[in-house]
Amino acid sequence: MLAHLPVLVILAPLLGAPVASLLRGPNWPWLLATLLSWFALLCSVLLLIQVNAQGTFIYTMGGWEAPWGIEYRIDFANALLLVLITGLASVVLPYARLSVEHEIGADRCPLFYTALLLLILGLCGITVTGDAFNVFVFLEVSSLATYTLIAMGRDRRALTASFSYLIMGTIGATFYLIGVGFLYVMTGTLNMADLAERLPAISDSSTVRTAFAFIVTGICLKLALFPLHLWLPNAYTYSPSAVTAFLGATATKVAVYVLIRFVFTIFGVEFSFGAEPLAEVLVPLAIIGLLSASTVSIMQPNIKRMLAYSSVAQIGYIVLGLAMGTAMGLTASLLHVFNHGLMKGALFMVMGAVAYRMGGTSIDDMRGLAKTMPLTFWAFVLGGLSLIGVPLTVGFVSKWHLILASLELGWWPVVVAILAGSMLAVVYVGRVVEAGFFGEPKDATKREAPWGLLVPLWVLVIANIWFGIDTRLTVDIAEAAAAQLMAGGVVR
Amino acid sequence: MSDHLILRIVGKFLIPYILLFGLYVQFHGDFGPGGGFQAGVIFASAFVIHTLLFGLESAERIAPQWVLKIVAASGVLIYALVGVAAMLMGGNYLDYDFLAADPIAGQHIGIILVEFGVGLTVASVMMLLFFTFAGRGEAS
Repeated sequence: MLAHLPVLVILAPLLGAPVASLLRGPNWPWLLATLLSWFALLCSVLLLIQVNAQGTFIYTMGGWEAPWGIEYRIDFANALLLVLITGLASVVLPYARLSVEHEIGADRCPLFYTALLLLILGLCGITVTGDAFNVFVFLEVSSLATYTLIAMGRDRRALTASFSYLIMGTIGATFYLIGVGFLYVMTGTLNMADLAERLPAISDSSTVRTAFAFIVTGICLKLALFPLHLWLPNAYTYSPSAVTAFLGATATKVAVYVLIRFVFTIFGVEFSFGAEPLAEVLVPLAIIGLLSASTVSIMQPNIKRMLAYSSVAQIGYIVLGLAMGTAMGLTASLLHVFNHGLMKGALFMVMGAVAYRMGGTSIDDMRGLAKTMPLTFWAFVLGGLSLIGVPLTVGFVSKWHLILASLELGWWPVVVAILAGSMLAVVYVGRVVEAGFFGEPKDATKREAPWGLLVPLWVLVIANIWFGIDTRLTVDIAEAAAAQLMAGGVVR
Repeated sequence: MSDHLILRIVGKFLIPYILLFGLYVQFHGDFGPGGGFQAGVIFASAFVIHTLLFGLESAERIAPQWVLKIVAASGVLIYALVGVAAMLMGGNYLDYDFLAADPIAGQHIGIILVEFGVGLTVASVMMLLFFTFAGRGEAS
């Protein structure tokens, strides 16, 4: 079965989604989805081990050889992303049972888990495939599932949030498709490795340059780079808690992966950073984004919204790393993709637990949380420390690498911006911690969140600490992935 | 619509042919232009005409929503399971060569089954979408 690993990751949610839609009640679809996500995680981990042992893993769909058929091509970068996606799914799904039943209602649970499985399917599909058009197909699968999931939020504003994400997401996907269309016209191929081989010869043409611009802009819309992030705060604020935790941890990260794949593998470092002014465009946007979004998040009364703005800021760090165009920058970027997934997943799950007990996620609901819900509160503190980048947490590891990468280039102002961003994070996290510690509880009779929410939440919090201390796994894989990506596209 | 006698009679006359044409597009898909997606839409359009002429209630008696939901899900399952079958018989996912002893026969079997799954899902989802929108005004 090992030879089929890439397709098994996809197959688990693909078979699960239609079955889940036919099951009754809240519990059966949940159980199915949870077991399948664990199975997918197992496959992803095995895949990562295989890639580590034997190098790039290629799977031809339907036996049609690339470049005619669709191939799945797994190297370090997408193996790492797969572990992140399926790992987060495996933690969020056990958490979802109570949270979703509470927020969505038992009758809509089968459809919820169907959509969630389709979302997992789409995200994993984008990650494993080695075909540029196939990326678009999976992008649409995941996006349509996301629109549905966001619209299931309790608040009626979830509908407008979902609609505006639908518009922005469709524009992004269309730009991507236009770019891929141009590339197809110029090269006659959609296979990524084949594109990477053919593009250098014709990279001087304006069609290829236009394709590059369309693809980068389209993906930046999906990954919510400042100033294309306007869909994100509402979408994260009003969607159900479990959805926010999963989306915040994975959805934009997969878009980052697609950007990395196109910039480094398909177009190549020389074209992206030499012929095209990618660094000159992305670095300022990333820095403005991380500073302005951090500042805006200080002023948010709704903590879920605050974390959403913080996500925009963290995307700034990630894009900053990859826009350096160096192996170290790329390592930092990939590390932060993984680490930010861990910390934002944990923090959004805290907000889900608060919403479960207190009925809301405003700062008033957080007041006195240390007394009423200590375990939830301390999970927020640890996740917040990780977000700030305190040593012994994952946040420190990725920011440390990001600073090293900027120092390597001698970009002192960038180092100052990164540190300033962390200071702003101290302010916005500190504000909530202060309210939790010293505030008077709105309702002192509220008790700790149920174990069904606390256990998955603390698994993620412990992962934040674990990968902050034992960095061998994440740093080694990120470095190996960066080396592979910098070497250029075709790793045969 | 009870007074639109001509429309109703012409509609009754057309609907069987539309259904038949849908089936033709479905099962001729592996020899000529056609396939599950187009066939599903054509097939569903017959139900749309029926709904317009005879009302939503009548159409839902023929194709109840709960049946359509099962059909929609099973279409996807047929597609996915054909791939699994190819995998169990020694090939890659969706490699139809392995579905029969003769690779060409295997390709025929595979594509017919997969397109059948696509047709089921597309037809039932089209109907579900139309019924949902058509039912909105009556519900509220």
